[in-house]
Amino acid sequence: MKSHRYYTPWLLVLPALAFLGVFSLWPAINTLLLSFTNVHTLTGGHFIGLANYTRMWHDPQLRDAIVNTLLYVVICVPLLTFLPLLLALLVQRSLPFMGFFRTVFYFPVIASAVTVALIWQWLLDDRGLVNGLAEQAGFIHKAVPFLEDRWLLLFSCIALTVWKGLGYYMVLYLSALGNVRRDLHEAAAVDGAGQLRRFWNVTLPGVRGTTLLVSILIGVSAMRVFTELYILGGRTGGIGGQDVSLVFLIEQYGSGFDGQLGYASAMSVFLFVLTAVPLLVLARLNSNRSQA
Amino acid sequence: MTALADRATGEVRGDHTGPRGRRGRRSGKLDAVTPLGLTARYLTLIVVLVIAIGPMLWELSTSLKSAAEDVYSATPRFLPQHPTLGNYGKVAQTIPIWHFAENSLVVAVLCVGGNLVGATAAGYALARLRFRGRKLVTGLFLSTLVLPGEVTIISQYQTVTKLGFGDSLVGVALPTMIGAINVLLIRNAFQGIPDELEDAAVIDGANVWQRMRYIGLPNIKGILSVVAILTFIGAWDDFLWPLLVLQSPGKLTLTVGLSYLNGEIQADPRTIAAGAMIALIPILALFGLLQRYFFRGVGEGAIKG
Repeated sequence: MKSHRYYTPWLLVLPALAFLGVFSLWPAINTLLLSFTNVHTLTGGHFIGLANYTRMWHDPQLRDAIVNTLLYVVICVPLLTFLPLLLALLVQRSLPFMGFFRTVFYFPVIASAVTVALIWQWLLDDRGLVNGLAEQAGFIHKAVPFLEDRWLLLFSCIALTVWKGLGYYMVLYLSALGNVRRDLHEAAAVDGAGQLRRFWNVTLPGVRGTTLLVSILIGVSAMRVFTELYILGGRTGGIGGQDVSLVFLIEQYGSGFDGQLGYASAMSVFLFVLTAVPLLVLARLNSNRSQA
Repeated sequence: MTALADRATGEVRGDHTGPRGRRGRRSGKLDAVTPLGLTARYLTLIVVLVIAIGPMLWELSTSLKSAAEDVYSATPRFLPQHPTLGNYGKVAQTIPIWHFAENSLVVAVLCVGGNLVGATAAGYALARLRFRGRKLVTGLFLSTLVLPGEVTIISQYQTVTKLGFGDSLVGVALPTMIGAINVLLIRNAFQGIPDELEDAAVIDGANVWQRMRYIGLPNIKGILSVVAILTFIGAWDDFLWPLLVLQSPGKLTLTVGLSYLNGEIQADPRTIAAGAMIALIPILALFGLLQRYFFRGVGEGAIKG
């Protein structure tokens, strides 16, 4: 049954395909090409082989960025994999106000990273609410330099990322919990399994696939952190400029009137390789499971 | 209690219990709502609530405090003594914030419009029309999902500048005007429509446009609203890309403009707070209004893809 002219599908697909080509596929290839050049925004450049990559090897700021990224991943992944699951279990039952809680827990996700970073900056200020309350309660006698210390600033950014991400992963878990088989819960309850036991033996295995996917997503997005560090660190990556991420450095080198597009592209390629690792792990695990 | 419990399982978990009256047999123990459990649950929820929106409310309170009130006072005051909107006027004097908001709105509308038209057209063709190369095209869209946007951002910047859209709002909107993920979400939704419906329409002589308009679109409203909501929020909140593309102070979007406010040395926390609220309140209000469609669409599998 011929239901359309031969060119109709192409007419419909063409705009999207053109955008994909110009703004995704070509930039992907071009990034790789640029990474072997010393192209600058204004002056252009030429092929320089692997020089950008050897330069990266010796770049102390990049070393900071990698350390920060690793810490980000190591802290964010466990926290954001499990806290949102607990949150989803809390709001999953249809009791009064659950819709309200669900919506409000999603607010930090909706807010722009810039806005919430400004809000947190005020909270964590030397004379801000957190220091004020802690001092009043007698926990501390001198303001904690959340935004000045190299490590405290990093941990503040991580805390902000976790806070902002809770609602997002909660919603992912909510749709996964809908698929946990109820009869298993009932059978377990009949066999005398308590709430904790049923959580461990029924709920968790039921959402295992989602847990894996969520942890990979968190890992990848932790590697791409930018705004939190940029705003809380006052645009410079903290006082010593050590609180930077890969994306931060890509932005710093690539922007401005004479950005080093070549070097920034080499860092982009590195970022891609880094984010591909968890995705490959996911693909590997999925293929193992489908074989079993 | 049973009625409540039934509503809970019917709505949220979906009913897996089969056709014949298992509802009656459902063990009460499983859904037992003990007063202690209920109290613990709500107390926890309220603590999380305070953590989730406490910071925002504190910022709101700060934005309403008058210059006479000491915002740094050792004993924090949660309510402004003499609430004033003066800070909102002051932030508008420091930076053209309403103009920035307008710019953000322009970008967001361009992105939503582009995605609703472009991604729907492509999604329909990929899902419902047979043509040579369909698999390849779908594969191309899929392949870009593993590519984080930040990786290609430098090259994208070069492309947009060469096309003559550097330092313009169109340049900010362009790369996300038809998102691959949206094409795929909409394609999946169109695929869920039973073939019989469309076959019948073909026999009745309906052309592609009519089938998309009268059979396709009404069946994927849920996904379309999720795509629209997420695209709007994404554009409104985006920071890195507009930061890279825009230079002229008159063309900044809200997020970029706010980040400059932050750089002012003598910045008053009240003024910054007012600026943050101008960015925050519209998007939360919009989400509050549309959250029903959002969560329903998510339930239909929009996020799971």
